[in-house]
Amino acid sequence: MSELHQSSEAHEQSHHVIAVKTYVMIYWVLMALLLATVLASDMPLGGAHLLVAMTIALIKAILIVLFFMHVYYSAPLTWVTAVGSFLWVGLLLGFLLSDYFTRGWLHILGK
Amino acid sequence: MHTPSTTTSPESGRQLLLHHFDDLEQQHLSSNLGMWFFLVSEVMFFSGLIAAYTVYRAWSPEAFHLASRHMDKWLGFFNTWVLLTSSLTMALAVRCSQVGDRRGIVRNLFLTLVFGTAFLGVKATEYRTEINHNLFPGKHFIVPGSPEDPHAHAAEGSHEGGEGHEGAAAHASDYERLREASTVDGKLDEEKFSRNKGHFQLMFVLYFFMTGVHAFHMIAGLALVALFIVLTQIKWFSGYGQTQIEVLGLYWHFVDVVWVFLYPLLYLIE
Repeated sequence: MSELHQSSEAHEQSHHVIAVKTYVMIYWVLMALLLATVLASDMPLGGAHLLVAMTIALIKAILIVLFFMHVYYSAPLTWVTAVGSFLWVGLLLGFLLSDYFTRGWLHILGK
Repeated sequence: MHTPSTTTSPESGRQLLLHHFDDLEQQHLSSNLGMWFFLVSEVMFFSGLIAAYTVYRAWSPEAFHLASRHMDKWLGFFNTWVLLTSSLTMALAVRCSQVGDRRGIVRNLFLTLVFGTAFLGVKATEYRTEINHNLFPGKHFIVPGSPEDPHAHAAEGSHEGGEGHEGAAAHASDYERLREASTVDGKLDEEKFSRNKGHFQLMFVLYFFMTGVHAFHMIAGLALVALFIVLTQIKWFSGYGQTQIEVLGLYWHFVDVVWVFLYPLLYLIE
């Protein structure tokens, strides 16, 4: 008893303890999304396969980051860092692809 | 059963406050943020690989599609499931450290260790199959169905005698299909053909490199999880190691997130 009391005292200032039920619920959502991504790969989606697969992966990643990694309950600085990493990936891929896919547009020597 | 004390011994469930921090809150946030900075650098590391993948896949989509068919998507499915489950047990271990349940920490970390090891075991069997089929990039790499493929003729024979209900295209070897994809107006474009063959192999370079680096992260994570089980067991951490275990959890979940992207990119190209 006293141990429980003391430990909750020790944590009152820093942690938001997420209920086990929440973790398990997130886990089942992740499972459903995993199943969805496998089944979607067999469906006749034409050119939308990559888009669907990446959207599902992104949702899974966001759920893991927000709840398993506690970012949802974290300090603003953690938010900035987590969102920042997605932003940098976006910049990297965005500019890289806009370079590669526009090279054929203009016939400039030595491009 | 132990008597609570007012000192900062591990038994008391309180964390030690290092002298350069104002309070436990600040100490905890600093560790947390430090791990996040490391993870951001890791994100940039993996994005470089994904960027390379994106460029070459856009260049030779058919080659990437054909190469991807050699990966077993149900083994990948199983591995993703195992890894997500290990993330759940890791999250529960972190929760146990927050509510001061030492046995719970050890139990959940142990489950994480078991699931993580299972993932690597499955990955190893996948690698073995691919290497046995000459799909490991390098000197011994053979495009299935190409003239230097020793199995090409045997495979052809079995196809002729087989069901044949899906038409010739379904049975065409990778070599033939790459050739087909490189044919413009009924004429074979040699340059495109050799590029397609090259990019077919390049997909395996990216596959082995990305999953290999991911597996390396898993091995490092598993070593840390095993270490943390021992350290929790011998009450090495002050308090219940809530800061340390949460930081380890962040790393573990990150490795999981990487796999969440690798799985559809490598196994599920249609």
